Amino acid sequence: MSTGAQTLPQAATLGGRAKARVDRSGRWVEAWLRGHTLLVYLFLYLPIVVVVVFSFNGTNRRVTNWEGFSLKWYEFVINSKEVQKYLLNSVIVGLATGIISTIIGTMAALGLQRTPRWFRAPFDALTYISVIVPEIVIALATLVFFATTIGPNDGILTSMGLKIGFGYHTIVAALSLFNISLVLLLVRARLSGMDRTHVEASYDLYGTPWRTFWQITFPQLLPAIVAGFLLSFTFSFDDYVITTFVNGSGTSTIPLYVFGQIRKGVTPATNAVAAVMLLITLSVLIVGQLLTRRRGATGRDTSVAGMIAEQGA
Amino acid sequence: MTSPAPAQPRATHVNAPPGRGRARLLTSVLVGPALAWYVILLVAPIAIVVLFSFGNRGKTGGYVPAFTLDNYAGALQKPEPFLTSLQFSIIGTILCLLVGLPLAYFIATRATRRKALLIVLLVIPFWTSFLIRTYAWILILGPDGIVGFIQDLTGNHSFRILATTWGVQLGLVYGYLPLMVFPLYVTLERMDRTLVEASKDLGAGRLATFRQVTLPIALPGLITGSILVFIPMMGEYVIPQLLGYGQTFGIGNALYLRFLEARNWPSGSAMAVFLILIMLVVVTAYVWFTNRGRTVREVSVV
Repeated sequence: MSTGAQTLPQAATLGGRAKARVDRSGRWVEAWLRGHTLLVYLFLYLPIVVVVVFSFNGTNRRVTNWEGFSLKWYEFVINSKEVQKYLLNSVIVGLATGIISTIIGTMAALGLQRTPRWFRAPFDALTYISVIVPEIVIALATLVFFATTIGPNDGILTSMGLKIGFGYHTIVAALSLFNISLVLLLVRARLSGMDRTHVEASYDLYGTPWRTFWQITFPQLLPAIVAGFLLSFTFSFDDYVITTFVNGSGTSTIPLYVFGQIRKGVTPATNAVAAVMLLITLSVLIVGQLLTRRRGATGRDTSVAGMIAEQGA
Repeated sequence: MTSPAPAQPRATHVNAPPGRGRARLLTSVLVGPALAWYVILLVAPIAIVVLFSFGNRGKTGGYVPAFTLDNYAGALQKPEPFLTSLQFSIIGTILCLLVGLPLAYFIATRATRRKALLIVLLVIPFWTSFLIRTYAWILILGPDGIVGFIQDLTGNHSFRILATTWGVQLGLVYGYLPLMVFPLYVTLERMDRTLVEASKDLGAGRLATFRQVTLPIALPGLITGSILVFIPMMGEYVIPQLLGYGQTFGIGNALYLRFLEARNWPSGSAMAVFLILIMLVVVTAYVWFTNRGRTVREVSVV
């Protein structure tokens, strides 16, 4: 019991009867807190377990009719050219959005420190709006924007002879808005908690700003940058709403395929595709966690998970 | 006494190697791309939506320039999607709080060595495919799942959760719960535990201590969490569509219909403007509230 030291004064000051009463009600509260926590974790993991288990179901008919262990739906995923095309599109969109958002978001976090107050306040407002606005608003607004500028039918630029249309670029551009802000917030949080003594020491030793940045600042920011990249990859890989609104022909991603399958009626194959999606998103998290696991005795949780929890976004 | 004066500006100039011009250039290069993204893909699109909301629908859909308030009048005459979404968001936020607060409290104050593990376990579902986790509830709540079991148990075969508001409500709480727990955890984790001990020493009961000490301390996290949960729930499309079977019709569904199926952009734009206004009211209230206290500021993660 590591809380022993903290409960000591309570035991010392309270009289015998009062103490007994507090303890009994206390035990109930503790038991309830424990039970509640356990139930919530079961609630959070039940769906993940169910999808994975039923993806091994050998049935040909109803998804939830268990007919023995089988890998045949994974064979289906491996052999299906259609599923692979959608998966590849998702990976392309995820990587492109991840790279763009990470670079631009990190640059903005570094640059913002140098900007005057009159600039920072409205810029921050835009950052927060882009994070918090419901996704469907971003989706429809960018659809309308792209349609009126580069849309194949009546876009202004199209009528001027510049045929761009919809495709990967519209998906990536629209998804990057949210993800740039996400990276910016993660990196900025890390930047503000950073120990500045090393930077000052580097300047005292005549280090150039360029070298100081790459040798001192950047390594300290790296966990946040990695977390930002992995999160924006996952969110774009998995995105449904924005991608539905601004995709072009042949650039549909795997969430769109799965959504269509679900609407048509769930098949056992859907579960295998779903399990593959779970696997991809999960392995991204595991890689991130391994890359950024706490090193040294800074006392702050520098792992991806710790940072997300602290950021709350 | 007069000679050092002109030397001073030169000295500072030497101490700051990049000249003012170069420093400015670097700042704009760093911030420029993000600013361009915000202006081109956030400000301009929303401006166009506002413009379209005053326009007319073309014969084949799309937009014809006009100045009319008909789209707003139409949206006000049919407030059902707004009321549906509002109901989902309010109940959903309250449920997230009821489920999330004890959980965050437990992780922050009771889980000693397993704290890091419990946080990772909370991040994992949040990180894995949102669409697939929502889809899984179709299997769980289907006739072969929990609902079938309850039907057999009670003999009431009309009982179901999918395609009802409860199915959607459950999906919303499930999907957004971590966003409520993270900020709550952060505030409770930073809480000075001696305050609780002091309250108990002074004879306050558990409930009084919770109400008068813990809750006020957790308030900023509680408000941040509520905003993070409330606003996305308002515009949610995927969960009502999958778990409500399209039987429940919120703003998200109405917007999807107007933009991608009916192609009535002006009418959809007016609805979107209303949604943006609701969001701005909520966020403004939040900013106003967090600026009232000083301790509140540091935990405002949105």
